[in-house]
Amino acid sequence: MLYFSKLRIILVSLVTFFFVYIASSNFQDPENSFISKRINLGLDLQGGSYLLLEIDNEPVEIQKLQNTTTVIRNFLKDKKINFNDLRIQDKTIVFTVLKNNTDLVEAFFLDKESVINPYYNQYKSHQFDVTIEDKKFILSLSKYGLIEIKTSSQDQALEIVRRRVDEVGTNEPNIIKRGNNRILVELPGLDDPMRIKSLLGKTANLTFRFVTQKNNDTFGTEMLKFEDGINEAMVSKRIILNGENLLDAQPQMNNQTNETVVTFTLDRVGAKKFGKATSTGVGKQLAIVLDGKIVSAPTIQSVIASGNGQISGNFTFQSATDLALLLRSGALPAPLNIIEERTVGPDLGQDSINAGVIALMIGFLLVIIFMFFKYKIFGLIANITLLVNLFFLVGILTLFEATLTLPGIAGIILTVGMAVDANVLIFERIKEECKKEKNNIIAFDTGYVKSKTAIIDANITTLIAAIILFIMGSGPVKGFSVTLAVGIFTTLFSVYFIARMLTGLYVVKNKEKEKLI
Amino acid sequence: MINFNKFYKLFNFFSLSLVIISILLLLFKGLNFGVDFKGGTLIELRANDKNINVTTLRQSFSIMNLGDFNVKKFGNENDFLIKIEKKDTSASAIEIIKKELLSSIGGSFNFRRVENVGPKVSAELLKSGVIAIALSLAAMLFYIWIRFEWQFSLGAIIALFHDVIITLGLFSLFYLEINLSIVAAVLTIVGYSMNDTVVIYDRVRENLRKFSDIKIFELTNISINETLSRTIITSFTTLLALVSIYLFGGEILKGFSLAMIMGVVLGTYSSIYIANPILVKLRVSQKTILKEDTE
Repeated sequence: MLYFSKLRIILVSLVTFFFVYIASSNFQDPENSFISKRINLGLDLQGGSYLLLEIDNEPVEIQKLQNTTTVIRNFLKDKKINFNDLRIQDKTIVFTVLKNNTDLVEAFFLDKESVINPYYNQYKSHQFDVTIEDKKFILSLSKYGLIEIKTSSQDQALEIVRRRVDEVGTNEPNIIKRGNNRILVELPGLDDPMRIKSLLGKTANLTFRFVTQKNNDTFGTEMLKFEDGINEAMVSKRIILNGENLLDAQPQMNNQTNETVVTFTLDRVGAKKFGKATSTGVGKQLAIVLDGKIVSAPTIQSVIASGNGQISGNFTFQSATDLALLLRSGALPAPLNIIEERTVGPDLGQDSINAGVIALMIGFLLVIIFMFFKYKIFGLIANITLLVNLFFLVGILTLFEATLTLPGIAGIILTVGMAVDANVLIFERIKEECKKEKNNIIAFDTGYVKSKTAIIDANITTLIAAIILFIMGSGPVKGFSVTLAVGIFTTLFSVYFIARMLTGLYVVKNKEKEKLI
Repeated sequence: MINFNKFYKLFNFFSLSLVIISILLLLFKGLNFGVDFKGGTLIELRANDKNINVTTLRQSFSIMNLGDFNVKKFGNENDFLIKIEKKDTSASAIEIIKKELLSSIGGSFNFRRVENVGPKVSAELLKSGVIAIALSLAAMLFYIWIRFEWQFSLGAIIALFHDVIITLGLFSLFYLEINLSIVAAVLTIVGYSMNDTVVIYDRVRENLRKFSDIKIFELTNISINETLSRTIITSFTTLLALVSIYLFGGEILKGFSLAMIMGVVLGTYSSIYIANPILVKLRVSQKTILKEDTE
């Protein structure tokens, strides 16, 4: 029916004003506006950096295998079971039992209460899969064992990445997990991510180890290069102290040598270990190893019991600051690789906004001029509807604090072009009905009813495309699907509530007029 | 009334040729995948020095040993777009390029945009793009199948394939870049083309119920004509919006809006000349519809 109650008219008007108000809050000073919500700008519009990091879990897996090997060795010795040839081979742990007690050993590994091969109740799986060939045991990480390793290193890495990014002090960073081995870092407003990238590119694994000449060190030795990449030294594999025992680290100017150093403070356990090592090792060289490279290897002059020390090694003030930051925030469980980077400078972002707004205004203007010439008074109604529709669209995006991207703006402009479709369908149908039906009101009513299925079907198909894009798309493209989908709903609402009411009011007033449309 | 049906055969032949040419182009010339799908580095550079031009940039980049690269103007007089094929997403990759550029052409430029995509990510993006398009086609097919009879569903989906293949064929012909936003455009084309087809099909169904004595060949023509002004007006307003994005929306949206413009034109054409002849071929009649109603 084309008659509308007063209440309905008032309600629709109120809703409209509400959205006009919400939409306009984007252009007000946030402090003075009633609603503090506003549309977020995507990185492509406000400028900023998007970094996708992938955790290289290989070292963690190897570490896990090494630790487990030690655990197994001690466990079997403890249980007085003879074995030999315990080693790591192609990412598996192998060993052979000597006597015929495979069943007993198997039970140690496959028991649900097993201490050496934890059982995950939720997955119904052990950490390691066990294969037995005669007396030979082969242990490989199970699917869930791997997942466990991945998720736990992801959790740790996320925390460390957050600390490092926070230390640099960027504006509202967004750091989230992606899958089970990736971390997404979004840094709005940052136009040169160089420093963050280099900070995230380091694991910052710090160890203090003695320099040794002997090859017969019981813990084994390895040749490590200095930071300059030329000199090298033989270093014991025995770790005296690592970064975990660090309480604090700060860059400092050494007044005597005029050199930049990093000073550190150890926790109580660390101080004790350090004191003991320095007391037995006076005269020896202590290598400070960071990520497999020797930063410096000073000779121990006297016992250091205070738990304070310093690292020197040709630092600039910037590099000392960064090293201190890395040491403070802790070591990453595994190396991170940057696998995707997208950076947009702030001036390009502003240019994109300007271009988007101009395109929107011109597109809108062209459409309303055309509609007015085509349908006169009804074109005016369609145009009012279109304007209200825009306010609805922007208002809803504001209410949900959606992120607007450049393709998102394109989505709004496209909505302007396609939104008139519903009104066109209705008007064209009414025109047809008017040819058959002399009563204007009936003709209008029939027009609305008969065009309904086409309008619904047509909009649902576009909505399907938008939903799929939302699920599958990433980044800016997602913003496009959001505006497109919201635009469909606001279009339907504005056409069936606003436009229908306006046409109704007009037709009822002019029901005697011939050739109304 | 315009007799669209007189040209069904002619345009079907025309469309078929275009589809075959497009497929051949796609097979032999291929698509120009951007860094999103091929991996590599993209740099948008603004020069503040008149002496920096495509030639000097090309020289600077050629000594950097970065493999295949491509330098071109990008919209503005002083803006350039550099695409490097070498996939190096390490933390220092961009910094090294910047430093070498500084030493060879001086400091009068800035990087407005940097996109660096590793091989793993680009392969995943390509896969999800293909899945998205396939999924949307399947979803449309399913929706029309529920709302109409299978003959309509088949007609609509063939029209969709027609639009998508020819759009991609045009991208191949002009060697325009395919990136993430083009996938978004293709999906929107799918939605739009469907939208157009559905409106005409809705009328065909209505007319099938109304007239039992008119053959489908005539009936589609009547339906096309009855909905013609709507088809033209909607396509026109949508094109107004798209052309405005193309002309004023900035360089980044050019490819996206161009794909959409092609899609809208093709979608409008195919909803008349592909979707309808298929109904004729499949001998759709009042029975097809009534069967649905009595069920």
